[in-house]
Amino acid sequence: MNELLLTALTLSVLGALLAVILYFVAQQFKVREDPRIGEVEKMLPGANCGGCGFAGCRAMAEALVSRDDISTLYCPVAGGEVMKAAATYLGKAAPEKKPQVATLRCGGSCQKRQKTNKYDGAKSCAVVNTMYVGESDCAYGCLGYGDCAHACIFGAIKMNPETGLIEINPDKCTACGACVRACPKQLIELRKKWPKDRAIYVACRSRDKGAVVMKACKAGCIGCGKCAKVCPFGAITMDGSLAFIDSEKCKLCRKCVNECPTGAIHLINMEPLAKEPKEAKAPAAPAKEEVKVETAK
Amino acid sequence: MKTFPIGGIHPSDNKQWSKDKAIEVLELPDSVAVPMIQHIGAPATPIVKKGDKVLTGQLIGEATGFVSANIHSPISGTVTAVDMLPNGQGQRRMMVVIKREGDEWVETIDRSTELKRACTLEPKEIIAKVKEAGIVGMGGAQFPTHVKLSIPEGQKANILIINGVECEPYLTSDYRTMLERGEMMLVGVSLLMRAISVDRAVIGVENNKPDAIAHLRKLVADGAYRGIEVMPLKTRYPQGGEKQLIAAVTGRQVPPPPALPISVGAVVCNASTAVAVYEAVQKNKPLIERVVTITGKHLKETHNYLTRFGTPYSTLIERAGGLPEGDVKILNGGPMMGRALVNLSAPIMKGCSGVTVYSDGDALRGVEQACIKCGKCVNACPIGLEPYLLARASKLQKWDVAEEHNATDCIECGCCSYTCPSYLPLLDYIRIAKQTVMANIRARANKK
Repeated sequence: MNELLLTALTLSVLGALLAVILYFVAQQFKVREDPRIGEVEKMLPGANCGGCGFAGCRAMAEALVSRDDISTLYCPVAGGEVMKAAATYLGKAAPEKKPQVATLRCGGSCQKRQKTNKYDGAKSCAVVNTMYVGESDCAYGCLGYGDCAHACIFGAIKMNPETGLIEINPDKCTACGACVRACPKQLIELRKKWPKDRAIYVACRSRDKGAVVMKACKAGCIGCGKCAKVCPFGAITMDGSLAFIDSEKCKLCRKCVNECPTGAIHLINMEPLAKEPKEAKAPAAPAKEEVKVETAK
Repeated sequence: MKTFPIGGIHPSDNKQWSKDKAIEVLELPDSVAVPMIQHIGAPATPIVKKGDKVLTGQLIGEATGFVSANIHSPISGTVTAVDMLPNGQGQRRMMVVIKREGDEWVETIDRSTELKRACTLEPKEIIAKVKEAGIVGMGGAQFPTHVKLSIPEGQKANILIINGVECEPYLTSDYRTMLERGEMMLVGVSLLMRAISVDRAVIGVENNKPDAIAHLRKLVADGAYRGIEVMPLKTRYPQGGEKQLIAAVTGRQVPPPPALPISVGAVVCNASTAVAVYEAVQKNKPLIERVVTITGKHLKETHNYLTRFGTPYSTLIERAGGLPEGDVKILNGGPMMGRALVNLSAPIMKGCSGVTVYSDGDALRGVEQACIKCGKCVNACPIGLEPYLLARASKLQKWDVAEEHNATDCIECGCCSYTCPSYLPLLDYIRIAKQTVMANIRARANKK
């Protein structure tokens, strides 16, 4: 009985002693951390996608807490609401950014772009890109092996075997930019997200001259410049033989869509303008007439 | 018989199709497109413009920087364009297009066929001439030769190795060069020895080319070429790789990159390059033509042509009786290191030792299956890497793993892909890993 008591007593004393030591050690080596980091991290989506430019949501939360000016930080996945909430919590000015969506700037589907050779190496765009231009004559078009789809952790990108091009689901896309980095041809661009997922963009990035583009692909931008001339908002610029629509300046007036001779300007979730008024009903659209004269010059 | 210590494969050499075809001079093309980059390093700057008249051998592209090479006009005529045009892989490169008018050469070039052995030039003068002539490694890598010959301060070469191995299956251009232009080559070797101040040179030739070995030995036995030895090597791919050849001939092992062969006192040059050096130094002739093999199992004819650069690949294909029926794969080079061509109107360049045509089922790769971890690729790798692991790391984009396992040491010989029973495109993935890891290393160095 005595032995039992002695054992219990020894262990209790030892336990108490160690507890006191541990307490002091813990006080001494305490990692002092801003508790707000944890709170902000909870607000963030926890996708750890790297879309903000940081290694993960925790790193982003740390940056949000530690920096005085957070106007350059933005989580594309959470969006403006969450950023506002986090900023209010921290008592800082909320970073603002309009919602964006990834857009494939190539319209060279199997039907529009003829295959001129067959590739049977490793099924990866990055690999194809190191070897040659791809299965068509276009040196700028989509290679179709879906590196972007593999890079997308939100499942927003699907390969369409019929067109040989990817399709981006705007509801799932968070504009994290992983696909933009994955594409060796730099074909994916983050563009302004319109209500109802409307969009107008030049689905081509070929820098070849018009004749070369026409030979390789029926849907390419040939650099005729008609769209740039017709745009009333100055949203379209020509860079060499390639048109570019600035999604911030574009007002979705759709005038450029009908001008494009190759259909390289894609119109999404919108009805195109009626084609007749331009030719037949002159009084209906006097402004357009003027523009047409300019084009002729 | 000597060979390199680890790895390697022995594919059937298939040289029988073109090895008995003597070198013929290919008729001059009507028009050539001359790329401004036909070498490793910075592209040359075009110094002609549209409408200019040029002579054969005239400088049209000036080297930019030290690791770069001059480009000369391969024909005489008028420049019709200086533009970005597709190369054999369809990639846009700066090219000078020249339309041919006759064949007028620059006056300083000695066009006589008489052999000129004597040379009293200083090493520096020889290197200057090599640089002027725009000579690059003609075995395929296209590394500027003058850079190789300019030995860095504090290091010294003690052996010159001439690569007459031609371990690549099918190709016979170096073999024919050694047989028919052997004397020119040996003079070139003497000049190279003089340029790097060594008294010993070894010409490595694989033992599947016994007549080349015998021919060169006979020439050397004359006594006119001191210090040159012809060494037969056991046939094994990739013996023509710089490091493998050094290991086979001298037994010395070149440390991993960034160490160069000079760190073990060796300089390696290709057999055809030696001929080009002879012509540049003794005849003032810049590098404007080379021997190109056109070969393939199902071609109507095979040839070894002395071809001016800028000639389109399609000319050679026409000469071989056109492409065979069905799926074909046309390779710039041999089946192991060669790159498939998608654009036959593209020009032949300095590193093109041959055009190989695959057809009739050979053209396609096998159907990819899962890795069975048999380890054949590990046995085949001449560097001692683990290709299956590197390929997997590359596929999963684990660049740190690839770096840890020395992806940058890969010489891209393709032994792993060749030997894989599951037809995995191992090299395709490793190449990506190598490029990415190199870029990462460079980025880190720049940060510091």
